[in-house]
Amino acid sequence: MEQTAFNFREIQAREERLAPGHRMCAGCGGTIAVRNVLKALHPGDKAVIGNATGCLEVSSYMYPYTAYEDSYIHNAFENAGATLSGVETAYHALKKRGKLGSEYKFITFGGDGGTYDIGLQSLSGAMERGHDMVYVCYDNGAYMNTGVQRSSATPMFADTTTTPTGKNSNGKPQSRKDLATIIAAHNIPYVAQTTFIGNLKDLYVKAERAIYTPGAAFLNIMAPCPRGWKYDAPDIIEICKLGVETCYWPLFEVVEGEWRLNYQPKHKLPLEDFLRKQGRFKHLFTPGNEYLIEAFQKEVDKRWEELLKKCN
Amino acid sequence: MSEKGIPQRMSGNEAVAEAIRQINPDVMPAFPITPSTEIPQFVSSMIANGQIDTEFIPVESEHSSMSAAIGSEAAGARTLTATSSCGLAFMWEVLYVAASNRLPLMLELVNRALSGPININAEHSDSMGARDSGWLQIYAENNQEAYDNTLQAYRIAEHPDVKLPIMICQDGFITSHAVENIMLLPDGPVKEFVGEYQPEHYLLKEDESMAVGPYAISPYCMEAKRAQAQGMINAKKVILDVAKEFEQLSGRKYGFYEGYQLEDADYALVAIGSVCGTIKDAIDKLREEGKKVGLLKIRVFRPFPGEEFAEALKHCKAVGILDRSEGYNSVGGPVGAEVTAAMYRAKCQAETVNIIYGLSGRDVRVSDVERVYEKLKKLADGENVFGAYPYLGLRSADQSDCV
Repeated sequence: MEQTAFNFREIQAREERLAPGHRMCAGCGGTIAVRNVLKALHPGDKAVIGNATGCLEVSSYMYPYTAYEDSYIHNAFENAGATLSGVETAYHALKKRGKLGSEYKFITFGGDGGTYDIGLQSLSGAMERGHDMVYVCYDNGAYMNTGVQRSSATPMFADTTTTPTGKNSNGKPQSRKDLATIIAAHNIPYVAQTTFIGNLKDLYVKAERAIYTPGAAFLNIMAPCPRGWKYDAPDIIEICKLGVETCYWPLFEVVEGEWRLNYQPKHKLPLEDFLRKQGRFKHLFTPGNEYLIEAFQKEVDKRWEELLKKCN
Repeated sequence: MSEKGIPQRMSGNEAVAEAIRQINPDVMPAFPITPSTEIPQFVSSMIANGQIDTEFIPVESEHSSMSAAIGSEAAGARTLTATSSCGLAFMWEVLYVAASNRLPLMLELVNRALSGPININAEHSDSMGARDSGWLQIYAENNQEAYDNTLQAYRIAEHPDVKLPIMICQDGFITSHAVENIMLLPDGPVKEFVGEYQPEHYLLKEDESMAVGPYAISPYCMEAKRAQAQGMINAKKVILDVAKEFEQLSGRKYGFYEGYQLEDADYALVAIGSVCGTIKDAIDKLREEGKKVGLLKIRVFRPFPGEEFAEALKHCKAVGILDRSEGYNSVGGPVGAEVTAAMYRAKCQAETVNIIYGLSGRDVRVSDVERVYEKLKKLADGENVFGAYPYLGLRSADQSDCV
């Protein structure tokens, strides 16, 4: 695979493939994810963009305006994987029959609702069949489009509208599903987990690798949602950094089955540093609830140790 | 015009597979479900043997087969899939997406009962449930019609005045698996008749990009739906034009319906699918006895040619409308409701009765049909012989409404 050297200025100077003027919220992590994944397409390369129903879809393609410079298809909530596999197969069919000369790349976006939950089967099928496409999950850890209901990506103890805190509730009782591992078990050529760190080099490098690796690839991007996570919108980069420094959201990739840790914090920060800035975890800081943070920390530690083992 | 072609013997599934071979579509995503499973199997074999170069996508569910078909058709590829029963039900949501995106893809539907109880035999509950999804629906009585309808499908669906997906329906097992005589057409003229797919806009059009599947707010959405409805209205003319052209090719005549001994019939049945063969046998027998009985066999159910049906039935004294699916509305089935409404609008004077028959593959014999015609005569004479909720061939302790 041909990878270009990371040059922040050059990459940010590339033509926007997600045009401004869409209706996503100010500070939305999903938008940052989409805009920067699309920056990883080499200038001049053609692409078809897919999209599961969700915030992104209803805000970026509201008739008669589309924010996408490339061809784009939204079908339904749970079928972004299958839909793009149809587009990609049509590409091969038309190419084979001499009806198409250009090369195309295929990238589809889904939130965690459309990816971890209702769209998991469709995603699994597309990955297993090995279509030459990238599935990008912008994981904001709840069904934000319908008003912050829990998903299987929601972290434990988060306060959501279907796991509200109350006299008898400490928020979501379960811990989050580890989707990147599930997709890695499909033995596809490339799986990676990332978020918004520093100058977004990690995101760029992984997106480029995912797009230009032949076969199926999956990117899981932690994309905070200021409304659902209840933080000050400008704090997004700091929250992402704390997610990584506390090992809540490790940066890793699985290349042809080989697990690689991309960043190991020198001093792993306590999980509460990540939780404190977010209103959805406010109840964990009520005196007497220290045991909840301990339980959550234990879960994060366990997963981190498992990841270190996989990455040797 | 005499029938043209190559005589053969094959099942309904084999017949549509033969039509697919001749069309050689670009892409076929499919998931197996009885009794349509053979269609993707045959296509896979033809690909493996190098007879066609269609791209087959072995999807993990019917929801994904319709979803992938939508992606493929939107991308500019001529696409088809096949399914039955619960498979169609699983596609429900995206059937509407296919139609509203004006994607002229084809679905080979082998009609089978919806669960439950789970049952694999012929019934129309699957396609009748999808009757308002915006798909064209054309039904076959036998393997010949399934083959002929498949050859005409893309010409209708892809027509610029229509641009809607099309469902080609045949009865599970009775048609799909029974081997009957058939007249096939030669490859060359078929390919010429079907032609190349040349969409105006599509995702992979190299000199323009396109966005498909928008969120639309109220000021736009209603207009989009009305425009879609116009495609269905326009389809009536296109279906007849294509049928006329197909007659030139095959010598076989098609329209919205087939009238069998209908022109002077006092007592008529209206039905869809394989049961019409049995009804025709009964008619032949009763006509020999001098009884003026006839049949209106519905071929096109979407668009619904209600005016034409009513016109063809207006001289009848009594009309029995047969439904191979339950409406579960305490009144009857969908064919009954729609045909009766059309007859009312056309001020038909005939007595009508809606009869449920053949659910979950329940056999219908010539003697059953004869009994219905006898009762239709009594109905016309003012005798209520059908009861409140007539079922044909039901084994019931209470026989009052069993025909």
